[in-house]
Amino acid sequence: MNRHLLSAGDLSHDDAVQVLDTARELAAVSNREVKKLPTLRGRTVVNLFFEDSTRTRISFEAAAKRLSADVINFSAKGSSISKGESLKDTALTLQAMGADAVVIRHGASGAPHRLATSGWIEAAVVNAGDGTHEHPTQALLDAYTMREHLADGEGDLEGRRVTIVGDVLHSRVARSNVLLLDTLGAHVTLVAPPTLLPVGVESWPCEVSYDLDSPLPGADAVMMLRVQRERMSAAYFPSEREYSRRYGLDGRRAAMLPEHAIVMHPGPMNRGMEITADVADGSRSVIVEQVTNGVSVRMAVLYLLLGGQIS
Amino acid sequence: MPTRVLDQSDIHRALSRIAHEILEREKGAGNLVLLGIPSRGVPLAHRIAERIEHIEPGTAPPVGSLDITMFRDDLRLRPARALERTDVPAGGIDGRTVVLVDDVLFSGRSVRAALDALSELGRPEAVRLAVLVDRGHRELPIRADYVGKNVPTSLRESVHVRVVETDGTDEVVIGEDS
Repeated sequence: MNRHLLSAGDLSHDDAVQVLDTARELAAVSNREVKKLPTLRGRTVVNLFFEDSTRTRISFEAAAKRLSADVINFSAKGSSISKGESLKDTALTLQAMGADAVVIRHGASGAPHRLATSGWIEAAVVNAGDGTHEHPTQALLDAYTMREHLADGEGDLEGRRVTIVGDVLHSRVARSNVLLLDTLGAHVTLVAPPTLLPVGVESWPCEVSYDLDSPLPGADAVMMLRVQRERMSAAYFPSEREYSRRYGLDGRRAAMLPEHAIVMHPGPMNRGMEITADVADGSRSVIVEQVTNGVSVRMAVLYLLLGGQIS
Repeated sequence: MPTRVLDQSDIHRALSRIAHEILEREKGAGNLVLLGIPSRGVPLAHRIAERIEHIEPGTAPPVGSLDITMFRDDLRLRPARALERTDVPAGGIDGRTVVLVDDVLFSGRSVRAALDALSELGRPEAVRLAVLVDRGHRELPIRADYVGKNVPTSLRESVHVRVVETDGTDEVVIGEDS
């Protein structure tokens, strides 16, 4: 495994399976009375969040703490960043404080890459979401959830069919998922209106469809993406009602899925927009499980990046 | 040249004796839990349980496995390692007598890690240690309660335990480190 986790595309097939296998063993820790391992004692993990986040930050914090690392939470609001401090000066500060890993979320695509390759810090860098680019730990926890339900929790996802629906243009989750699922052998179909697909999507290792009804009967998993209104500067679709009628997952569409298929959402959900409440809370939904799995997967990533020898 | 110090029937006899000794000293298998340390401690633990069942039918103790990777003190000296299974029998270990089973006892550091791992899982009444081979060179104040064979070695030598379940053959060989 590389020293940093910047892109789901950096993971080889064996790396990805190793993360998932490690996460599966670590998941058992969360069921114990003492939810703690001594492995990263004395290591410092900094959560550097330039964008708002609840579940990702809490999930990384819980993961680091369960491995006994010291955690420093650093959010842009209320810090010197709001006084105009640059990423470089923030990085130099973290280096001076002796951070062993930096978990970074940033609104600009490529910020984690800059942090990892600039020589400003020696710490391992974990991308926790950069702009509209990537969110590799989300892809790993999604793959973990799919593997538990569709492959008995072992091996890869060879031949499984995954449909990812919605705002692909603004979604770092979609890009990371397409890259990782392709590495793991799954077959991905993206479904979105043409206005919400990024330029160059035809070069991604997946199929693209403008129609949601046709891929559903053959899908093993369907993942609904949040419509990211905060990133939208123009009108990408005529009305919310029209969007949810054409691209929303409601009870009628959920009934078209095969018996074993699961419904996923990276959260936070817009209930009634991309997914109806009855589907989100229904028996096929694994949305809450995704959050639980996120802690195990992030523990695995931190262990594999920090647990061994410092190169 | 590698030397074979135990063959299949030697291993069989050693494990049978360990099973007898455990039953004698623990006064039966009623309160026992056997925990193997992966990888080769796990099949050895299962075999000891089978022998106990053979000697006193109906008393086979529960068997589990205890991964010690996250508790090792040499984690930072090597690349991150894949984790093995930790599998605690349904009854847990609180108040039970836990017998840790490993293939080779050497520095004692694995056993120290195992004791730490165990304390996260519960509070056994007592913890014992059973090993197939004790090769000496302890770096910690740890000894085994049940030993298959004491094999004096030099630090330059390496001891390899092979079991049918993972290696296709039952033997213990000593070789020179390359």
